[in-house]
Formats: sequence, structure tokens, C-alpha cells
Amino acid sequence: MQQEVILALLAKEPSYGYQLRARLRDALGPLGDALNAGQIYVTLTRLEKAGLLAVERSAGGADRSDRKVYALTPAGQQRVAEWVAEVGWPRPDLAEFHLKLIAAASARLADPLAIVDTQRRELLRRLRDAQRAAMAEPAGSAAALLLEGVVLRLQADLRWLEACETNWTHRRSGS
Amino acid sequence: MTEAADTPVLRARGLRKEYGTGEGLVRAVDGVDLDVCAGETVAIMGPSGCGKSTLLHLLGGLDRPSAGEVSLNGRRIDDLSEKALARTRRTDVSYVFQSFHLMEELTAVENVELSALLAGRSPRAARRRAEELLEQLGLAGRARFLPSALSGGQRQRVAVARALSNEPLVVLADEPTGNLDSAATLDVLQLFEDLHESGQTLVIVTHDARVAATADRMFSMRDGALVDETRLTGGTTGRLGTLVGLGD
Repeated sequence: MQQEVILALLAKEPSYGYQLRARLRDALGPLGDALNAGQIYVTLTRLEKAGLLAVERSAGGADRSDRKVYALTPAGQQRVAEWVAEVGWPRPDLAEFHLKLIAAASARLADPLAIVDTQRRELLRRLRDAQRAAMAEPAGSAAALLLEGVVLRLQADLRWLEACETNWTHRRSGS
Repeated sequence: MTEAADTPVLRARGLRKEYGTGEGLVRAVDGVDLDVCAGETVAIMGPSGCGKSTLLHLLGGLDRPSAGEVSLNGRRIDDLSEKALARTRRTDVSYVFQSFHLMEELTAVENVELSALLAGRSPRAARRRAEELLEQLGLAGRARFLPSALSGGQRQRVAVARALSNEPLVVLADEPTGNLDSAATLDVLQLFEDLHESGQTLVIVTHDARVAATADRMFSMRDGALVDETRLTGGTTGRLGTLVGLGD
């Protein structure tokens, strides 16, 4: 989990760690299962050391991270504002797969179409899971919107695999 | 397991369909073997022209193969007389098409009950089943509407209700979401999930990956042949998080 995400989720109001986790759970639904609480607390501690967060108070003076209320420092607010304004987009690693097909074909390591088929099987399984998870969400839930993003990306990847299949079918029959 | 449960609902062996002769010979379906078990959803994907619609027509007896066998519940249908084949089509199989194929002059409920009437149900029983199905598919309020007054998604749901009203052994769907927008597609996907839950056997031909992903098994079809089989059950949910940048 990116540090800026944690910071930005604290921008609304100072919060306990467990409140932060509840916000993540609402936003991510079943995808939030991949997050572990320990990671979040490690991130909070790092952000505190970096001066981007401050601990407002500790219940009963305990040093346990789940008993602390975290708040953004001015530097933290600055970082959140920069992050919100940034344009970033996850990069799928298409080149690796593309080069795998080329290397496999040129060195006769494997049939590129077999590699495409294997990849498609995996993507279809993921598509099935994402779709089922999306259908299980109540209409209009935040997590359903995220799952729709997963579904659309997988569809795009599957269409690219179709293009790979067509292209490699021609190359193979042409050689 | 009983012997009956071991018999696939739908079974094809060495199925071929050829058109033309000599130089112009086209093998639309070229040696297909397929077993579909009771309650299973099977998807067949492939580029247009790969023969998948022709295959679906052969599986439901809409068309006869040039060679090979098709059986429904262990009974050959490829060698039936025209009359017997027509009866099988009315009672044992149902189709869902891309362009719905509803009767435009009949209301939704009349369209749905028609296939039950053709399968020999009494008018009273056919109407009751049609109304139940429309209710289940969230269309009770549209029962008296003509197809022209329904959205694409609603029309396809009526077509699915019609496909179920004769309680077929197997529903064969040909690009069922081909004419639908994304929201209506989701409706139909949900509907197929519900059918699957209820134990309906389903074969879907599609090039929409979302439709294929509802299946238990998926076949890729190229040049008339099934070239790759994928079992889609068994899941990867734990790893979905990685697709959105969560976890490792």
C-alpha cells in the first residue's frame, strides 16, 4: 500500500488506526482481504518518523499503534496535496509477455500459441472471480466500482491476447 | 454416483459439418467431441467464422451434421426422423439468440408461455409457469408489454424466460449479450449465474470474455475445432488484490 494513500485517508480527520482500516475495508470490499493490518501500522510508523504524521494522543499512554490517534502534520498535508494533483497510472507489463512470445518462438523454446492459451486461462479465471465478487456487492458500493475497473482491465488484456493469437497464427503458418 | 448421473446431458462425438464441394469445401465444424454434464455451464469462445454458431445448431438439432453423433441424455438425435427431431427441439432444448427472436405481436408473457404450449403443457400450466418465470426475472410488471416497449436487456430476459418455460434439458445461447450495452450485459450475466445455481445445464457460444467467465469450463474454437479447454472453477480470489495494486 502506497504511503500517500494512508496519508490521504487521514486528511478527513485525525483517526485511530482501526478507523483507517475500516475506511479501507469500505472502499475495497473483498479486495481489501489482500491487505494486512501489520503493514498499515508499519506504514503509519514510517510516516510518523518522516514527520508527515503526528500522534495526537495515546489512549492510556500505551505505546501500541492501535491505541494512537494519527493526524497529518503540515508537511503531510503538503504531500497529500501534491499526490492528489499528480497524474499517475499503473503500468501493466505488456513488454515482458510480448518478449516472452518472441523469445519462445525464435529459440523454439515453446509454441507461442500455447503460451497465449495458458495466459488466457489464468486471465479468464481472474475475470470470473472479479465478476462474481462484483455481483456479490450491493449496487452502488465503492468496492463494486473498483471491481468493475478490474473487470474492464482484464477484458482489455484478453482482447490483446486475441490479437497476439491472430498475429502468431499468421506468423506460424507463414514460416 | 448413479449411472444416470454419469451420462452427460449433451454429448457430441466426431461432429462435422461441411458446406460446398471440391475446391469450395468448407469444414465449418471439424471433428468436435464434447460432453456437458447436468448442471454445468460450458462456454465456447472463438473468433467470428470459427464455426461456433454452426456447432450450437448441431448440438440442439436445428441442423444435421455431415458426420458424427449428438446425444441428449444418452439418446441419439442426429439420426431422428424430422418429426421426432422437431419434437425433441420443442421439449428438450431451448435457444437464446443474440437478436432475441421474440414474436413482436405477442406480449412478454405470451412469448414466454409459447414454448411451454408447444412442448405440450396445458394453457393454464403454461401461463402459470410463464408468470412465475417473469416474476423471477424481475419482469412481472412487464408481462403485458409488447417486445417493442421493452429495453434490449428486458427483451433478452424475456427470451431467457421463454427458453426456460419448456423446462429443457439444456439451454443453448448464441452470443446472448451481443446486442446489449454494458449494464444490460451485467443483468444477463447475473441471470446466467442464477440459472447455474438452480442447476440448469447451459452451453454458451460467445466472443464476450465476461460471458465466458461465468462458465465452469471454457473451450477455445479455431477453424471448426475445439483447441483448448479451460476449467474456470477453483478460483484465484486471494490474488485479485494484486490486480489493483494491493498486496504483493
